[in-house]
Amino acid sequence: MVSLYEAGVLALLIGGIFFALVAVVGLLRLPDIYTRTHAASKTDTLGAGLTLAAAALVFGSGLPTIKTALLLAFLFITNPTAAHAIARAADDQGIEPWTADDGGEDR
Amino acid sequence: MTLLTDAMLAAAGAFVLLSIVIVYRIVRGPTMQDRVVAANVVGTNTVVVIALLAAAFDAPGYLDIALVYALLNFLMSIAISKFTVERGGVM
Repeated sequence: MVSLYEAGVLALLIGGIFFALVAVVGLLRLPDIYTRTHAASKTDTLGAGLTLAAAALVFGSGLPTIKTALLLAFLFITNPTAAHAIARAADDQGIEPWTADDGGEDR
Repeated sequence: MTLLTDAMLAAAGAFVLLSIVIVYRIVRGPTMQDRVVAANVVGTNTVVVIALLAAAFDAPGYLDIALVYALLNFLMSIAISKFTVERGGVM
């Protein structure tokens, strides 16, 4: 019989894997750098956050849980910042965003 | 605790598989920024895998490695995007 605690950890793990999968699909399928950055930064941050929350639950209480929570907070701050910097670098290099005029072609 | 250990290892395997799929985007590009974004996602997945292994094997020492890896991953993205643009000042 699965306890409530185990069910919570399993739900967090499955949610994390689902959002990581969404990030990968977006990264492979979307047409240009800006949309790919969008998909990768948001969904991958959430996927990593849910999975790290599951790891923090498994550690119980004490220093390892605090370290995992720190890691989670750090990822939540740095991942969108890095994606923003990359997208801005692409804009500075003069990469045009994808529009419907491209006719479904990737960029 | 064996069910949770198995689930953690399975999740780590899933994250490794997803990272391998992302290598397609690193190889194909087409722009440099595409490769940086994909490498950044692979790095994030690596941090998650290390944390999952720490939880599965009950080895809290791995978490320090994960923290350092997250720092280096962030530094990699910022450095590449800052120093490949002519006028600098990306942030």
